[in-house]
Amino acid sequence: MANGKLKQILTDGAWRQNTGLVVLLGLCPLLAVTNTVVNGLALGLATMLTLMVSNLSVSLMRGFLRPEIRIPAFVLIIASVVTVIELLMHAFFYDLYRVLGIFIPLIVTNCAIIGRAEAFASRNKPLPSLIDGFATGLGFCITLVLLGTLRELSGRGTLFSGAEMLLGEWGRAITLTMIPEHPGFLLAMLPPGAFFGLALLIATRKAWESRKTGKQQRAASVMVADEGPAR
Amino acid sequence: MSRGSHPIIRSSLLLGAIALMGTALLASVNDLTRERIIEQEKRRVLQQLNAVIPAASYNNDLLGDVIEVDDETFFQHPAPVTVYRARMDGKAVAAMMIVTAPDGYNGDIRLLAGIDISGKILGVRVVSHKETPGLGDPIELEKSDWVRGFANRSLQNPDSKGWAVKRDGGQFDQFTGATISPRAVVKAVHRALLYFAANSQELFDTPAKTVNADG
Repeated sequence: MANGKLKQILTDGAWRQNTGLVVLLGLCPLLAVTNTVVNGLALGLATMLTLMVSNLSVSLMRGFLRPEIRIPAFVLIIASVVTVIELLMHAFFYDLYRVLGIFIPLIVTNCAIIGRAEAFASRNKPLPSLIDGFATGLGFCITLVLLGTLRELSGRGTLFSGAEMLLGEWGRAITLTMIPEHPGFLLAMLPPGAFFGLALLIATRKAWESRKTGKQQRAASVMVADEGPAR
Repeated sequence: MSRGSHPIIRSSLLLGAIALMGTALLASVNDLTRERIIEQEKRRVLQQLNAVIPAASYNNDLLGDVIEVDDETFFQHPAPVTVYRARMDGKAVAAMMIVTAPDGYNGDIRLLAGIDISGKILGVRVVSHKETPGLGDPIELEKSDWVRGFANRSLQNPDSKGWAVKRDGGQFDQFTGATISPRAVVKAVHRALLYFAANSQELFDTPAKTVNADG
């Protein structure tokens, strides 16, 4: 397994084919739970874990999975994985489970997961599949955290509120009040804020990409221009 | 013919095997986590109850000493009212009633109202609600102290005219921009008090219902 290809998988999943910002899959949980950083991070991690386990299992079974039953088999695998995660969260992260509620079982319906199973894991060896799951999950998780940061900061003026649900009692201490006496900006906390936030993130990413390609093109044309007069 | 059906049978068996594996996995994880989940649920309920009634003031198994009251016309809600009964050495101390206010701005507001044996409120907490964040949600203790204003109130303090928000001529504050949520809570707490005053004997004498698996 060449290092270059691993790197390629990583950047594809986390940046070039970012689920939330480029492929625009799995937007329902993305928009619904990102009112705080901690909620976004928790759902992001749960999704990442699901992606890794489901990619790995699909890849291990790809040898004997017949094409006509592959989709129902994917659905079974993904649903089992998500239910296990849900049970574990219910038992060990009870407060978080109550906050994320319906969105954990809904990870099953995140098209990004079955998409990766079909497009990547069913055609690749276990290790690259696992890494692809990790990279795609990481990209999704980063998007959720960014959107959560944006909304929590503008909506309440805090960061990491509710961290005790993820980390236990000492997490209470890392809640940062960035803007004291914040009056609360309702729009950012309600679903419309999620759409605005996501639009901003997508636009920022696009602007960044096009500036980069613009620079490359300019660099290329400068090189041509340099060569020109030299004869 | 048998050659034609062969791949279908193979596929079905394969799919069945995958389903079986998934089921086995889920069954074992469920087995491993079930007790812990029940414990977590119980701990949470007890935590909420103890926020209203100090653990030192009763010595019975609060979560086990519970009845359900079904009085849809009185409580204006089809869900039965759960009543936990606190006793000290067998003597009734207080009733913790889970009542539902049906008339919140955005659906039901579930409340825990602790009423001691003399008819005085020990405390009120909002258990769950869907009120608008920033407008109606100061009914939560995490958002404001408003709900503490119920402590030590009773049917005589204030009288029945005072059991309303200020806009309706009562004694309880409403919030800027939100009257409906506090109004619903005040009315539900008042109903709980009225029910308790009329039925307190019965509330404590009804034998506890058998505790089911999920407490």
